[in-house]
Amino acid sequence: MSSLFAQEVPLSWYLLLSAVLFSLGVVGFLIKRNLITVFMSIELMLNGVNLSFVTFAHQWHAVKGQIFVFFVMMVAAAEAAVGLAIIIAVFRARATLAVDRIDRMKL
Amino acid sequence: MNAHLYLWLIPLLPFAGFLINGLLGCGLPKWLVTTVALLASLASFCVVLNIIPALHPGITVCKGCAIPQGSPILPYIETCPLPWINAGLLHIDFSFVLDQLSLVMLLVVTGVGFLIHVYSVGYMGDDKGYARYFSYLNLFLFFMTVLVLAGNALVMFIGWEGVGLASYLLIGFYFQKKSAADAGKKAFIVNRIGDFGFLIGMFLLVANFGTLTFSEIGAKLNATPAWQGGVLTIIALCLMLGAAGKSAQLPLYIWLPDAMEGPTPVSALIHAATMVTAGVYMVARTHVLFNHSPVALGVVATVGAATAIFAATIALVQNDIKRVLAYSTISQLGYMFLGCGVAAYSAAIFHLMTHAFFKALLFLAAGSVIHAIGGEQDLRKMGGLRKKLPVTFAVTTVGVLAIAGIFPFAGFFSKDAILYAAFLQGTNGKILWFVGLLTALLTAFYMFRLWYLTFMGESRSENVHAHECPWSMRGPLLILAALSVCGGWIGMERFGDFLAPSVGARAISWHMQIPYSSFAISMEFLLSVVAVLVALEGWMIADKFYRRKPERPAQYAAALPAGYKLLANKYFVDEFYNAVVVKPLLAISKYFLELVVDIGILGGAAWLLGGIAQLGGAILQRWQSGNLRSYAAWLAAGAAAVLLFLLVPWATVLAILPAIHLGMAGH
Repeated sequence: MSSLFAQEVPLSWYLLLSAVLFSLGVVGFLIKRNLITVFMSIELMLNGVNLSFVTFAHQWHAVKGQIFVFFVMMVAAAEAAVGLAIIIAVFRARATLAVDRIDRMKL
Repeated sequence: MNAHLYLWLIPLLPFAGFLINGLLGCGLPKWLVTTVALLASLASFCVVLNIIPALHPGITVCKGCAIPQGSPILPYIETCPLPWINAGLLHIDFSFVLDQLSLVMLLVVTGVGFLIHVYSVGYMGDDKGYARYFSYLNLFLFFMTVLVLAGNALVMFIGWEGVGLASYLLIGFYFQKKSAADAGKKAFIVNRIGDFGFLIGMFLLVANFGTLTFSEIGAKLNATPAWQGGVLTIIALCLMLGAAGKSAQLPLYIWLPDAMEGPTPVSALIHAATMVTAGVYMVARTHVLFNHSPVALGVVATVGAATAIFAATIALVQNDIKRVLAYSTISQLGYMFLGCGVAAYSAAIFHLMTHAFFKALLFLAAGSVIHAIGGEQDLRKMGGLRKKLPVTFAVTTVGVLAIAGIFPFAGFFSKDAILYAAFLQGTNGKILWFVGLLTALLTAFYMFRLWYLTFMGESRSENVHAHECPWSMRGPLLILAALSVCGGWIGMERFGDFLAPSVGARAISWHMQIPYSSFAISMEFLLSVVAVLVALEGWMIADKFYRRKPERPAQYAAALPAGYKLLANKYFVDEFYNAVVVKPLLAISKYFLELVVDIGILGGAAWLLGGIAQLGGAILQRWQSGNLRSYAAWLAAGAAAVLLFLLVPWATVLAILPAIHLGMAGH
């Protein structure tokens, strides 16, 4: 058992997981109608990317990737604050969160 | 080395005057405008005068005598230290050159120019456009001195175009009057034709000589005396076309009579004394080219002689005092070209100088008459003015005697020099001489006709308030009258010797060709006597027609209705040009250029471009649906495409693709 734990998880597993997370995010972004779900899909994509950052940082023993992840998390937090504020404002104005019906900015 | 002559000050001072009066003139008091304009031209004249003592030991032609230290050697060249045009092998500097030829011209231009500035103070005294008038006049002096000082053809061209502009502005000075505005346009457009020739000539000079500097061209040609005719003839003829435009020669003379719409001092300065002589000056400046092309010289002489007699016949029957003088100017310019055409360039420049004196005088005197009788220009309504305008009468008499070529007035010497030079040029020269002599007869006749109609007899209109002009006008008249008397006394030989370094030894061939012998001198004397007798004959005829038998002209006109009509309508040249050039040009402009080219091709292209953009916009507009998920889909598709492009090893794929295909076909 101990040998199983001592063994390292191979790089490709992490990257595969990261790709799956990102793709889930993309698909969710494209097919979901609720604005909040769309928003959560974005977070999913960001975290997919974060995971590959960390993976590569570990692989190459470079701390830059880890630092980048902190940056992404920070921006994601700010984005969440602003994005949720916008969503609330949209809901107050239009009483709906259906993405398809928020299309008044077209020509 | 050479002393500094500050040539650049000569054009720059009038330019400063132009800027001050042109930009601020409306706000300045009148006395200040006058001061600025007069000072600008006077200072320029003084700079020119100041050159003479600096040169004195150098300019007197004393062969072998040493030139003292510090005095500039002619030609003296002043070049702007900054490079002007550097294009491949072609280098053109902004350079001024002072030699004997440009010195004479500078004296005439700035001297007569200053006198006419003074005269204008009185003449234009109560005009609303006073400051505008003087700024234009200063602008003219600026460009004219640039033209004269130019060391290469391109700088000359700047001055050439500039004086054309000043001329246009001043002809159309009374721009509210349609005829004046039209006359300005006519002058400008006709000059364009000549400028076209000048430009082509310059291009050919660059192509064949690689330079536009007069001295380099001259040196190159002097080094190859065998190079005659050919392309040189073409260049010379192109330049002659330019000269014919500027100097109002056949067939481009038509603008000058109309240019009389401008104020009279302008007619005196620009359209008699200085600008119109620029063509003669240009031919003299490029005389080396003409000397290498007998054909071009023949053309110049023929055009000159033809213009001289052609314009003189028109002048016989004109009734507008300024038009008589205008045709007379064309005729005298013809004389100058005749002189150039027989390679007597210094004689031509001599006539240019004396003509500047007496023609400026005649125009200013005419202006004084017009001013005195309230703007009337018709000779038929004048008469009997000699008692009311004694000063004007006296100076006009001097001018008329000078232009008619009566000894010892200025015109006698210069006209005689040209006729003598023509006479010595073989058989053709005899014909040219005879035409010149005939022109002299006509000149004497029409000038005395003008004199009789204006001053003699009884007044033919009720206007009795004629008054002599103020002193600002009388002063220039008197000075010019003095110059018209003594301007010729310097003598052709001395003048020719002085100019010889500039215009070449061939120019003085008339007394080099036949060595000083009793024959040559008696011949010259005889020809002079003939010329004076012919001029006196012209006077006699005028005396008979307009004093003793005033009914005669009408009788002749009635006896020869066709001839009179032809002359009175100036040979219908304007009508001819109108029908042959202007009308077809307007028709082409309207039906081809406007309808086909402008509206059809250019307009159509613009519409087409606009249409394509609109159509494209209408199609692409649908893409911008406003739907968030469609944008996101496009974004994802784009990212996928980029990834596909970057990650797939296309070279390998393309290489193995046919193999797969073939492998499949094999099964």
